[in-house]
Parts: sequence; structure tokens; C-alpha cells
Amino acid sequence: MDNKRRKFLKIAGLSAVAGIGAPAALNMLMKGNVQASSSHGHGDDHGGGHEEAKGHGAHQKEVKLGKRYGMVIDVHKFNHTPGLVQKCIDACHDTFNVPDIGNKKDEVKWIWEEPFAHAFPEHSHYKKNTELHHLSFLVTCNHCDSPPCVRACPTQATFKNEDGIVMMDFHRCIGCRFCMAACPYGSRSFNWRDPRGMKDGKPFIKKVNPEFPTRMRGVVEKCNFCAGRLKKGLLPKCVEATGDTKAMVFGDLNDPNSEVSKVLKSRFTIQRKPALGTKPSVFYII
Amino acid sequence: MLEKALQGNAKYWSWVGFLLSMMGMGALCYVLQFNYGLGLTGMSRDVSWGLYISQFTFLVGVAASAVMLVLPYYLHNYKEFGRITILGEFLAIASVSMCLMFIMADLGQPMRALNVVLHPTPHSILFWDMIVLNGYLFLNVVVGWVALNSEYKGTHPPKWVYPLVYLSIPWAVSIHTVTAFLYCGLPGRHFWMTAILAPRFLASAFAAGPALLIILVMIVRKFSSFDAGDKAINKLVTVIIYAGLMNFFFVGLELFVGYYSNIPGHIHTLDYLFFGLADHDTGVIYNNLMPWMRVSVIMGVISLCLLGCKKTRNNSGILFVACGLMFFSLWIDKGLGLVLGGFVPSPLDYIVEYVPSIPEIFITLGVWCTGFFILTILYKVAISVKTEAERVS
Repeated sequence: MDNKRRKFLKIAGLSAVAGIGAPAALNMLMKGNVQASSSHGHGDDHGGGHEEAKGHGAHQKEVKLGKRYGMVIDVHKFNHTPGLVQKCIDACHDTFNVPDIGNKKDEVKWIWEEPFAHAFPEHSHYKKNTELHHLSFLVTCNHCDSPPCVRACPTQATFKNEDGIVMMDFHRCIGCRFCMAACPYGSRSFNWRDPRGMKDGKPFIKKVNPEFPTRMRGVVEKCNFCAGRLKKGLLPKCVEATGDTKAMVFGDLNDPNSEVSKVLKSRFTIQRKPALGTKPSVFYII
Repeated sequence: MLEKALQGNAKYWSWVGFLLSMMGMGALCYVLQFNYGLGLTGMSRDVSWGLYISQFTFLVGVAASAVMLVLPYYLHNYKEFGRITILGEFLAIASVSMCLMFIMADLGQPMRALNVVLHPTPHSILFWDMIVLNGYLFLNVVVGWVALNSEYKGTHPPKWVYPLVYLSIPWAVSIHTVTAFLYCGLPGRHFWMTAILAPRFLASAFAAGPALLIILVMIVRKFSSFDAGDKAINKLVTVIIYAGLMNFFFVGLELFVGYYSNIPGHIHTLDYLFFGLADHDTGVIYNNLMPWMRVSVIMGVISLCLLGCKKTRNNSGILFVACGLMFFSLWIDKGLGLVLGGFVPSPLDYIVEYVPSIPEIFITLGVWCTGFFILTILYKVAISVKTEAERVS
């Protein structure tokens, strides 16, 4: 290879490397700083991120400013109304086009039932009251105040809204499943195969709801606390399904006058895995 | 220099042909996976990472281990490593390439991989892993190629390359530390959540990498006139022994902390890996990794004995076997047990076992063969240049 050609190739190679690297570096300089201080993405630089950072320093204090949606689930009320658990699950899964793949391995679920031992594995199950073991606990995304999944996501495809809801951007998700490893509640599902597909002539999504997008394979999904419905002043689908049983109470945890705050003040509730510092926004009356 | 890879005997070409055919098989299976989705693999909702990520984790270690050559040779001017260092650097290039391919194979939406760059997210460890891995690849490609090129031309390496060499030393440590951080910063994954994960990763890497390198050097010696020298090999054996001992010491510390504290979360995965874990509800015992893990321990101990004893390690046949045992022992430990075990039990305390699917195994083999293809080409070039340079001088 003659000298000129080698030189040319070297320069060409270097400029190619620089060309690939430069936009990223620039992007980082311009956006990175802003986003490093607020832990949620999509240009959403509301106070929440700073609050969260403060929360870390101040020994796990909960965020007091701004909205933070949360929910209380009264397990006994569910138990006294047969079929209510399934009604909630169906209401959610039908609304959000959650596919029923039909096997455990590829399963996608946003809200589902678990026995006490599995919803609260870190609690002792020794000589627990027998009723407890027959109860069904609805479990879903906890919309943690300090969500490990958001911390783990390399693209901000999962991020925390200003109202505390942990959201998913299905179009940005690269499907690395780091968030699934990070979630201590197993709340996240991956589309191992095309959810729009079918098996034996039966589509995975029985009836598509045109108001919410179906997903493509290779992205992660989970409960979104019905963020879209909340914007319209509606309650989440599962809460709506419980009707006036009060089995689920939903509202702003940071508003002392909200119904959910009043219930939390007056009743003993537990959260799932509170020791991990994720600060779940879903509470249980058992 | 690259043209040297185009000259070889029948054995060389049949080896290259074998690699290419395995790569073709892997590519074919990847097309299947790409069209069907990752459901084609054995991964599931509960074990959401499988062979791809576990191989990635293991290979980051092999890549990092090049520092065990670069550091003594460049920083301490340890001349005996003069002929072997380039082989270590090229092994690092092949390993990092495999790492990147395994990550791509694992993505649900590989076409969006650049989102990691387009939406940089400093609070995600994966973002940093992308930076350190690509940086390390770049450093090794530049340093290795420039060093070899100057040997080809019979000159000294240019001065500007030395800062990159020195940078590559802490950088090597960083790639495996950051990779450990992927795991040990996740709340609720007790098996991974240990501050000793990064040091343990490094220790096992510094044993597994040099073990593979000795195997490669011995193969090279058999098939070419290039000899890295017994002194270099013996020094590497010392490195393997100490790093291997450290690794087993660290594993012992994990066992102590788990079983002495008696905290269930710390014990479950260890139980699952070494003794089998019983399901609370059904009493069924799950243990599909247990035989592997036990074999890993036995291989590691035998290897350390063979390497530690002067009589056995001076026999090149036994040395070859001992290095193979060490490599496979640590491959099982990190390339299977560490990643797969961490998902058992699931966050909701279910036991779901993972078995890779056939296409998944072929894709994995395909990536390994691509790595070895890169390695073969680079070694062919390096060895041709080195033997020629020595003939001239």
C-alpha cells in the first residue's frame, strides 16, 4: 500500500470515528447536565427530580411537593366481593390491549393476582392467620417514588412523570430489559413475541381497543396508572371497576385532603418490600 | 499488514472455513430470532437475561485481562512479555467485539441501539458500559495495531501512542467494574447485591483471561514457528494462580456471609446454585445449574493444584489441561451461574428455570466463532509480522 493511500485511509477512518462520536458527545454536553440532575427524561425538568435527589440525602424521606398519585388496595373488600379481582384485571388488560400469549414464559401482564406469600415474600408466613393465605392480592407497578427501573434505563424510555407516574415510551425502548432486572416487584413484562400476532387462529389481543396503541415485539411494558385517563379527569380502569366497593382508593398522596391520604392516615397499611427504599405508591390494607 | 491473513496453509483455511460456517449458522438463527422475537430463546418473564448477557459478562473479563500483560510490559518494562503482549491486546479486541455482538443479539429492538447514544443517560450504568466498552475497543485497536505496524516497519512505536497505552490500564479495570455495577446496584437482587462483585469479577477475569491466552499461545506454538517463550508463560501461570486463589477466596466470603448471617435472600441463590432450591408451595427441588456449579468448583480446585505444583505445571501437556480447567471453571461460574442464578428466585419468590433454546445456542456459538475469526485473523497478522521481523533482525 503506498503512502498516500494509507494516509488517506487513516484520515478517512479517523473522521468516520469522529463523525460517529461527535453528535453523541455534543448531545451529552448539552442535555446530559440537565438530565443528570433531574432523574426523569423527555425534557420534563419539573421539581420532582430535585426533590428525589433531596430525598436520597435526607434518609429516604418521601417527596412532599407536587402531585404523587398512589393507591390503597383493601384486600378484605376484594375478598368479600367474588369476581372483583378478575374484573379489575380484565378492565385493565382489555383497555390497554395487553396480549394473552397463553404461556407462562412469554406472559405479558399489567395487573394480576398473587397469594400473600408471593406478594409479600419478605414477610414471615409462619403461623399466619389462615384467612390471609386464601386472599388474593392484586399486584401491579408500584409507581415508586424512587424507581430503580428509571435509574437503570439507558435511554429514558422509562421515566417518571411530574405526577409521580412511572411511564414507558414504547417507541424509544431498545428492549435491553435492564429495567426488568432492576424492578424488585416483577412488574414489567417484555414482548418476547409479536403481541399483535396470533396462535392457532386466535389473536393474542382478543379485541383491539383503538384508543391505546398495541405494542410491537421487543419492548417492555407495564401499568401506567391510566395516565391518559387521569388527564381527562377519569379514575384508573381498575379503580373504576371496583365501583363503590371502595376496594381501591386512588388519589394524590401529597394532598392531605385527598381520600387516599385520609384512608392512609386512618388505617394500617403495608407496602411491598419497603426496605429497598423504592418508596412504592401502592398500599395494602390486610 | 492485513494481507498476511490471506496467506496460509490448508489447516489454516479449513479452520477459517469452519469458523465461517459456524458464523453462517449463527447468522441464520439470528435471522429467525429477529423475525420471531426474543421469544425464540429460552428467556422468560422471570429469567429475563440468558446466555447472551452471561457470555457478555464473562467476555468483558477476558478482555480486561489484557491488562495483566500491558501493565508489566509497558509500565514495568518487563521484557519477557515483549512477544506475548500483542496477543493479549488482540484477544481483548476479539473479546470486546464478542461483548458488543452479544449485547446486540440480546436487544429486543436492535435497530434502536443508537438510542443509547442519542439519549445519553448518565444515571444508567448501561450507558457507562457502552462508553467504557467502546473506548476499550478503540484503545486496543489503536495500541495493538500501531505497535505491530512499527514492528512491521522495524521502527519504535510513535511517542503519541504511550499515553493511550497507560490509559488502557485503568480503562481495563473500569470495563469490568462497570459491568459488575450493572448487577450489584439493583435493589432486590440479593445474589448480585454485594460490594465484592467487582473485585470478584476482576479476580476471575485475571485468572480466566490469561488461562485462555496460555492455551492460545500453546496452540500458536504448535502450528507456527512463533514461540512466546516459557518465561512469559510461567509468569502468566503465577498470575492465574494468584487471581484464581483470590476468586475462590471471594466465593468463600460470599458463602460465609450468606450462610452465617442466615438471611434468606442471601442464601436462596447460593442454595439454588450449589444444592438445589425447594419450591415453598410444591416442595419440588430445582437445581438445573447445580451439576455445572459443582463441576466448576472441582475443575477450579484441580486446576489450582496442577498449576501450583512445579512438577505438573512444567509439563506442557498438563499445563494445557490445567489452563483449560481453569477457563471452563470460571466460564461456568461467571458465564452461567452468576447471571442465570441471580434470577432465581424471582422477585415474587417463584422459581423459574432457564434452559437456552437450540437457536439461542447456535447464535451464541456463532458469536464466539466470530470472535475467534477476528482473533485468528489478528493472530495470523501478528505472528507473520513478528516472525518476519525476527528473521530480519
